[in-house]
Amino acid sequence: MPKITYIEHNGKSHKLEVANGLTVMEGAVQNNISGIDADCGGSCACATCHVYVDEKWFNKLPNKESAEEDMLDMAFEPKPLSRLSCQLTVSDELDGLVVNMPSKQG
Amino acid sequence: MIKTDVLVIGAGPVGLFSVHQLGIIGLKAEVVDNLDKLGGQCIELYPDKPIYDIPGIPECTGETLTKNLLEQIKPFKNNFHLNERVEEISKEENNWKIKTNKNTIFIAPNVIIAGGVGSFEPRKFLVKGADIFENKSVFYSVKDKNIFKSKKVCIFGGGDSALDWAIELSKFAEITLIHRRNEFRGAEHNAEVARKLEKEGKIKIKTPFQIQSIEGKDKINSIIIKKEDGMIEEIKTDFILGFFGLIMKLGPIAEWGLNLDKKTIPVDTENFQTNKKGIFAIGDICTYPGKLKLILSGFHEGALAARACFKLARPNEKYRFEFTTTSKNIQDKLGIKKSD
Repeated sequence: MPKITYIEHNGKSHKLEVANGLTVMEGAVQNNISGIDADCGGSCACATCHVYVDEKWFNKLPNKESAEEDMLDMAFEPKPLSRLSCQLTVSDELDGLVVNMPSKQG
Repeated sequence: MIKTDVLVIGAGPVGLFSVHQLGIIGLKAEVVDNLDKLGGQCIELYPDKPIYDIPGIPECTGETLTKNLLEQIKPFKNNFHLNERVEEISKEENNWKIKTNKNTIFIAPNVIIAGGVGSFEPRKFLVKGADIFENKSVFYSVKDKNIFKSKKVCIFGGGDSALDWAIELSKFAEITLIHRRNEFRGAEHNAEVARKLEKEGKIKIKTPFQIQSIEGKDKINSIIIKKEDGMIEEIKTDFILGFFGLIMKLGPIAEWGLNLDKKTIPVDTENFQTNKKGIFAIGDICTYPGKLKLILSGFHEGALAARACFKLARPNEKYRFEFTTTSKNIQDKLGIKKSD
C-alpha cells in the first residue's frame, strides 16, 4: 500500500499506509489525523482539506481542475504548493507523497 | 416570544424534510437559519452541482432539491427566521427556551438540531488588527454602500461578490481590487467589466497579491500586500472588504452542554435524541455507529425524531402511525382535495 506522510503544522509527522483509490484527505480523516477538517466531505466545496504539497512532489501530481483552483481562493493562506487533499487520489505513483498541513483550515 | 412544538435549527434539506415529517403528524415548527436563504449547504456550497443519490430522483441539483422540498412543506405554512443564529438555551419547566442573536425567543418542548457542519460565517482576514477594525473599517458584507462614498476602498477576493462590489462601488469610491491569482473565478462578464474599468483608470487591480498587514492605530491608514516572490506594496486605504466565501462553524451550540464527538453530536438511533431530553440532532451534525453523511440518511433521521417530538409536545395524546397514501387526516393537513 502506498505510504503518505502527513506533517502537522507543529511538525508532528504521521506516515500512514493509505489504500489506492482513497483520497489523501480520506487517508487523514479515517486515521484521525488532526489538521484536515474536510467539512464538505470531499465534494470540493469547502477548502478545509487544504495542504501544502512537498516541493519534490508537487509537479508529479495531476494538474488542478479549475474547480479546485477556485476553491483554493477560499483556503486559509494559499501558496503555490497548495492543493485540496480531497482532489488527490492515492495510487502507487504517489507512494512516498509528503503533505504539510496549514496552521488552520479557516 | 414564540411558542411552538418544535424549533428546527438549520434550513438545509434535512431540516426542511423534518418540517414535513412534523407537519404530517400535526406538530408546529419554527425554523431558524443563519444564512439569508433556505437550503443550507445545497444552496450555499453546490446549488449547480448534481446529486445522484436522492431516492427516486435520478439526478437533481442542490437548488432543485431545495425548491422541491419547499414545495413539499408549503401546506404547513412554517415561519422561517433567516439571518438568525441560535445563541443560548435554557430549561424552563418542560420547555426549552432558545434565544437568537436577534433576541427572538422561542419556547418549545423540542429542539431539532439539523445544523450540518455548523452555521455559515464569512471567512475573515487573519492578519493582526483585522478583528479590531471589524465592522468599523473592515467588512465582510456591504449593508450600507453610502459609507464608502469618496473613500479609498480595498476589496479582496476573486469571486462574484468581490467583482460585483468593485464594479458597483467604483461609481463613487476609489477602488483597489486585490486577488491572490491573476484569474478571477467570478462570472466571465463580471471579470471583463472589471478589466475594462481598470483600463479606463476607474479601478486598480492588484494580482497576484495577498494581505500581509494592516497599518494604523485608531483607524486604518494603509495595508501592506505581498506577492509570492516576496515583493510588497503599501496601499493607503480607508476601508477593507473581504469576500472569501463562507466557512462552517459549530458556534454557540458547542456550549449547550451536549455531548460532542469532534464537531458532531452523538445521538440515540431510536429517536435521534442527544444526551438532553427534547433536544434532537439529525443530518450531518449527528453521529452514531455506522453514520453516513448522506441527505437520504438525514431524511430517515428526521422522520424518527419527529415522532419522538410528538411524545413531548402532546404528552396526553397517543401517536398513531399512518401512511400518507391512505390517511385522510394527513391528506387534510397537506390540503389535498379528492375529487370523488
